[in-house]
This record gives sequence, structure tokens and C-alpha cells, in this order.
Amino acid sequence: MIATVEPPRPPPQGQRILVDRKAAAQVPDTPVVFDCENVEVFYGTFRAVRGVTLKIQANQITAFIGPSGCGKTTVLRSLNRMHDVIPGARVAGKVRYHGVDLYAPEVSATEVRRRIGMVFQKPNPFPKSIYDNIAFGPRVNGISGKADLDVIVEKSLRSAALWDEVKDRLKNSALGMSGGQQQRLCIARTVAVEPEVVLMDEPCSALDPIATARIEELMRELKSRFTIVIVTHNMQQAARCSDRTAFFTTEVDSKNDRRTGTLVEYDQTSKIFSAPSDERTENYITGRFG
Amino acid sequence: MTASSITNPPDLRARPSWRATKNTILMTAMGGAVVLVAIPLIAVLWSVVSRGIVMTFAQFPAFFTEAIPVVSRRPGPGMGPAILGTLLVTGGATVIAVPLGILGAVYLHEYGQSGTFARLVRFMSTVMTGVPSVVMGLFVYLTWTLAFGYSAFGGALALACLMLPVVIGSTEQMLKLVPPQLREAAYALGTTKSRTILTVVLPAALPGIVSGSLLAIARAAGETAPLLFAVGAATAYNPHLFSEANTALSVQIFGNANSSFPAAQERAWAAALTLVLLTFIVTLVARTFTARLALKR
Repeated sequence: MIATVEPPRPPPQGQRILVDRKAAAQVPDTPVVFDCENVEVFYGTFRAVRGVTLKIQANQITAFIGPSGCGKTTVLRSLNRMHDVIPGARVAGKVRYHGVDLYAPEVSATEVRRRIGMVFQKPNPFPKSIYDNIAFGPRVNGISGKADLDVIVEKSLRSAALWDEVKDRLKNSALGMSGGQQQRLCIARTVAVEPEVVLMDEPCSALDPIATARIEELMRELKSRFTIVIVTHNMQQAARCSDRTAFFTTEVDSKNDRRTGTLVEYDQTSKIFSAPSDERTENYITGRFG
Repeated sequence: MTASSITNPPDLRARPSWRATKNTILMTAMGGAVVLVAIPLIAVLWSVVSRGIVMTFAQFPAFFTEAIPVVSRRPGPGMGPAILGTLLVTGGATVIAVPLGILGAVYLHEYGQSGTFARLVRFMSTVMTGVPSVVMGLFVYLTWTLAFGYSAFGGALALACLMLPVVIGSTEQMLKLVPPQLREAAYALGTTKSRTILTVVLPAALPGIVSGSLLAIARAAGETAPLLFAVGAATAYNPHLFSEANTALSVQIFGNANSSFPAAQERAWAAALTLVLLTFIVTLVARTFTARLALKR
């Protein structure tokens, strides 16, 4: 089970998070990238998540919010088959990517992940040089010419707003960078393989507010080139940068005290934060959750 | 409560306690243990160096190049063939056991995991660690030496059998220490499992794998019993890996130390010092090489 440690920081009682309604009301109807239908995720016999039905649209930022243990990360990882590497994990229901069932037997998880990249909660650069970190993905995909790689490395680092900080020390180890720089390096590394979708699993939870602001700014820039799905504990973050928001919560089975995450509500972010249709969403975003 | 109500400054000095006493007792015990462990090590080094250094470096580099005197009571230098033999036998064993051991560990940790076959292999490997080296020598004698005669390669086979479980065990431990986040990072970029192992997991575990392998090599270089069965005891140079009796430093130490002639005993001490130096140099070279590969922060 992927558990997250920090508690959500709700705003003061009864106070709403402000969303610029005019800008947010114009979320365009772009093509559907992911079509999830009644998705369930099991770890062994334990059902961690049930009943997730939602459509994620292209070139938008979709945020997954909800309390700890509600299955946000679990659902996110089912979108690029990261559960395959966990023994006993299993996905039921349908996850369609441009209409293709991601869990069909002929689908290769490697091919899926090449198109759907992921940035993790904790920055996880390889213990290699900054250059080799970025060049890793392109090399795996068969690009080996030095000139080609140089171009990709510069372009990716510029995309992640990191180029000016590291251009003179590309041969240095990535482990010598600060946490915020490492996370932007991980974003650059993901961008370098030119995926269509970038999944982000609480990318800012280990970062200070300044580094967080940079990553959010980066997400808004990358939106034009990629579809972004972000899991976050920070409701302000979801309100600030996402177009659509999915609210998850935990249901407790009173018979055996088992907790299962489920999707409560999915809508445009402005709607979720101003006029949610479910009482549980309302309680969570106004801090009356509990 | 007002600020002025604090009149006496708090006493922050350490108070005598049972905890502090326990700390002192255990720290002393640990220090004692370090000394206890260091005494035999220093004693061994001292006796080898003090008794071997004159013969080893007296007519430098004669001791390292000249052949071993056929008549063992004749004084004078010569361990060249044994140095070459040790390099051939240990080098051969390394070439066999280290790649095989790393491949085995990769299978056990990355593919077999807790499957029945992997558990069987792991169990067998543990059992193999406990087999006495003389039994391993006997095994090679029966399966190889009886058919093909004495050779450096027979000795390499015997030492490889001894090294293999050590390399498997230490490499598997090192693979376990590679953070799963690194694998996830590679997978998320569309990397296949085999490529992830080759380009992320093994490089990350390399320093540990090198250390484990060096330990196995150092242990094998000093083995005597299996070589007596498989290598023989030549006194002249034999650069052939697969044919004719060869010799090794450990075998020469054993033979010469058993001799009643002072000249031979002197050569045994010098050969012992040579073996220590050889192991030291190999370790140093391998460590430098690994450090070169690892990036500076």
C-alpha cells in the first residue's frame, strides 16, 4: 500500500478556497486521453480502491485530492501500469488510453510507460551525472548520437527551467543538487523521452514553498505540450493550477474495518471548490472533514 | 506568571546516573574488543614482515623473478614461478567465479526472488559456503585432475567453487540495498527490466559487488589444500594454464615451512610476505578503479 505521511492542511473552518471563476469556467473540451471505467485496484485480496470512473482530457492539468490512504496515488499508478512491478497488485475494470485497454494482454507495460511518464513524490535521480540522467531515457529509446543527445539534454533542462543553473556542471553528479533542483531534474528526465502524459505523484511534498511555486509554474508551461495528472495533498495547489479535480475519500467497511478508497466527485476545479455537489467534498475542502 | 517569576537559573549539568555508568562500561568494553581483534592481526603482520622482509627485498628483485631452488636446503632467493602460479590460479578462478556469481545473484534477486527454484539455489549456495576447502580440492581431483593431470586450471576450478557462493551471497545483499525508487524511475521512462538491471541496478551496486568479490579473491589466494590436489608443486616457471604441474605461493609456503632446512623456512616467510603484498596490491588497484568509476558529488 502506498501510504502518504503528511496530513492535509485544511483551510480555516468554513473558509472557501478562492478560484478565479471566470478563467476556470472556460476549461476547454479537449480530446479524452484516459477513460477509466469502474477501476478497482487490489493488493493481494485487499481491495484498495473501487469505483473510479472518470475521463482525463488532453493538455489539461487534472488534480487528484483527498485524505491520506484514499487511493489517489494507487489510481495514478494504474494509469501507466506501475503496479506491474509490485507483487500481488492487480487492476480490475477498464483503463482506456485513447480507446485502447491498457491492461489488454498484448499491451506492453514498457511501451505504455514510454508514452506515459511519471514524476515521483521523492526526487529520485540516478546516481549518475546530470547529463546522463537526462540522456538515460533517450538512450533507452535508441538515440545514441552525441549531437542529438546534447540537443535533447539542453531542451529538456530548459523545459524544466533548470538549464541556466546547471549548464556549467552537466558532468557533476545529480545527487549534489538541492531537493528542488533534483525534482526539476526528474521532470526534465521525464520530458526528455517526449511522453504524451506526465503523471505526478505529490511532486512538491518534499519541497519548500519557493521550489513548489517553480514547479507549479513549470506545470502550467508544460500543459501546452503534455497532459498532466497530479496527486496532491495541498488543496491550494489543486485550486491554483488544475483545470479539473477529482476528490477521493476512504470508505470504512464496518464489518471488518477495511478501508477502501473511492472517487466521490470529479468536475472542473472551479466547481469542486465553489459549488461541490457532494456533501463529503464540501466538508473536506472547507476543513470540516473528519 | 510573569517573566520575573523565574529566579533560579535551571541546572543543566549532567547528573550522575546509572545510564552514564553503563555508557562508560560499554564504551570501555567496545574499545577492549577493538584492541582484542587488532592484536592477532598486528601480530601476524609483524611476524611475517620481520621474518620475511630481509629475504624478500635483499637482492631485489631476485626473489620475485628467480626460479625456486630445486634443492630446498640451498639458500637464496626465488619465488617467481609461485607468484606466476598464484596469479594464474587465482586469476582463472576470478574469471570463472565472479561473472558466474554476479549472474547467479542477479537471477536470485531480480528474477527468481522467492520462487521454489531460487530458494533451492540459495540453500545450495549456503551449503556450499560450508564445504571445507580440502573437500573441494578432492572433488576437483576426482572430476578433473585424474582425467587431465595437474594444471593451474584445476586449481582455478577448485578455488572458483570456493569463491562462487561468497560472490553470490555478497552480490545479492548489495542488490537488495539498491533503492526501489531507482528501479521505478527507470521503469517510468519505458525501460525494460533487463536494461534497468544493466544500466541502473548493477552500476548502483558496483562498489559493494567489487568489495565482496575482492574478499572472495583474497580468501582464495591463500588457500593451500585444494591446490595440493590439483596444481602440484613445480619449481620452474610454467606459463601454461591448462597443462603441466604448476605451483602457487600458498603451496610453497606450506612446503617450505614444513622443511627442516633454515634456508627453506626463510623462503617460506618471504613467500608469505609476498602473498600479503600481492593481495594488498590487488585490493588497492580494484578500489582505485571503482572509485574512479563512481562520480564525485
